[in-house]
Amino acid sequence: MSIDLKTIKHIAKLSRISIDDKKAKELEEDLNSIFEFIEALNKVDTKKVDPLTSIAETSLKLRGDEVKTKNIREQILKNSPDENKDFFVVPKVVE
Amino acid sequence: MSDIINLTLSALIDKIKNKELSSLEITKAYITRAEKSKDLNTYITTDFDNAIEKAKKFDEKGNFDYKLPGVPLAIKDLFCTNNLKTTAGSKILSNFIPSYESTVTQHLWDEGAILLGKLNCDEFAMGSSNETSFFGNVESPVGKKVVPGGSSGGSASALAAKLTPATIGTDTGGSIRQPASFTGTVGLKPTYGSCSRYGIVAFASSLDQAGPMTQDVSDAALMLDVISKYDTKDSTSVNFRRGDYFKSLSSNIKGKKIGIPKEYRVDGMPKEIESLWQDGITLLKKLGAKIIDISLPHTKYALPAYYIVAPAEASSNLARYDGVKYGYRSEGENLISMYENTRSEGFGDEVKRRIMIGTYVLSSGYYDAYYLKAQKIRRLIKNDFDEAYKSVDAILTPSTPNSAFKIGDKTDDPVSMYLNDIFTVPVNLSGLPAISIPAGKDKNNYPLGLQIIGKAFEEQNLLDISHSMEKELSFKNNLQDWWIK
Repeated sequence: MSIDLKTIKHIAKLSRISIDDKKAKELEEDLNSIFEFIEALNKVDTKKVDPLTSIAETSLKLRGDEVKTKNIREQILKNSPDENKDFFVVPKVVE
Repeated sequence: MSDIINLTLSALIDKIKNKELSSLEITKAYITRAEKSKDLNTYITTDFDNAIEKAKKFDEKGNFDYKLPGVPLAIKDLFCTNNLKTTAGSKILSNFIPSYESTVTQHLWDEGAILLGKLNCDEFAMGSSNETSFFGNVESPVGKKVVPGGSSGGSASALAAKLTPATIGTDTGGSIRQPASFTGTVGLKPTYGSCSRYGIVAFASSLDQAGPMTQDVSDAALMLDVISKYDTKDSTSVNFRRGDYFKSLSSNIKGKKIGIPKEYRVDGMPKEIESLWQDGITLLKKLGAKIIDISLPHTKYALPAYYIVAPAEASSNLARYDGVKYGYRSEGENLISMYENTRSEGFGDEVKRRIMIGTYVLSSGYYDAYYLKAQKIRRLIKNDFDEAYKSVDAILTPSTPNSAFKIGDKTDDPVSMYLNDIFTVPVNLSGLPAISIPAGKDKNNYPLGLQIIGKAFEEQNLLDISHSMEKELSFKNNLQDWWIK
């Protein structure tokens, strides 16, 4: 199986990464060589095997839904790339 | 001055406790050396002025009962440090200043350690040679234009070059053990769930684990005592009975059963690594251990499975870097193009590759064929170890299939770079602890490491075996300080 240029551009779109045609070609080559290597897995019969999702196979612990840290708006907004002091700001989304 | 930097961590601590050396003298010695070692490019961010102040304060009224009393340490720039830039080696976090501290680093400061600065690493810990960092390659002190390994390459290089008495790294597929092997140092990846992941920039959450990188095995035990603690802030942290690793360290391994997996004898492995492994086996026999041939039949599928599982988790973890709440932002005519431009400019090539692989294997129509398949293979790999541990206490393998290589040698071919981690990746997939210890040198005088893999949560056993081997191996790096200016 090989991944074509159209698929590469689709994955880039899903990944929210803009790529030009030159980059798409490079990625096509890289990803195909990586997937060629990954295809080795198809030799293994896994019909009767349960997937292992996590090594810590215990159920996650529950905790009370309590506020522990409050009034940290300034801290939270400190690293925001936009200058606005009260909110996170993004380009206009409604016309 | 040169005496200070040649001391191991535990020797340094003794001298501080006996008041033979002050924290200030030690801190200044490491800073002076770091300033002369800039060519190695180990640091991304230094915090030397604060370190001097903290050292003075420690000498005045510090607690000498601490485990790391007034000891200066530099750490991998993947751990969030409160009020000090944390970049993960990426442009997208190049201006990020955390407002909180990672649990593991907090444990270091709580035991009296002093932060020297943040060490270079592969971008988001994705790489095996420290060549993917936005902040440039790290050079290894073992040879000019030689890679230190990765992703904890800055940590390994700084440790081997004696710019820090010990350090911590993170290991997702070998990122502590492979660079330790390449630089003649000790690197320990603890059992998954031992050291909290809280505040560590996430790469692949089901595999990531922090651990010590040190000059010898005793120092690794000492560091593990400090950083291995249960933490409610990490939902996968495990509340098991931890040992008193440093105090309990023993070099009596008589009767221990050590497995030798035949599948680790891979095609094209250099003779010097084959004989290093053989010498390790001979040494263990001499120390009274029992050698048992074992089989881990799914070993060859570990790396391809890893290159599905790790990128899948990474693509999900790295979705948060969108230019909105923190980090680098690029402009765009609308929200989507702002996201796309930010991520395109903010991430380097290897990170983009892995995000794309991850997105693809998780996408509709491919999930079962790739992601689910890889998780099933992961089960088989773990089953192999479970089966082997019915008859052995630990497993001995080489740490890497080759020694350190030159900068640029493997950057054109991602798969040849990935093959570096062939012996380390199965351990992460199975959540097991493993240690790499320096055991010899290749024809270029570059270090070679042996890996000992243990049973889950049995770090003491691992430390005892490697401690007893280390005594007999008496490895010396004998670096010539060629990089000092």
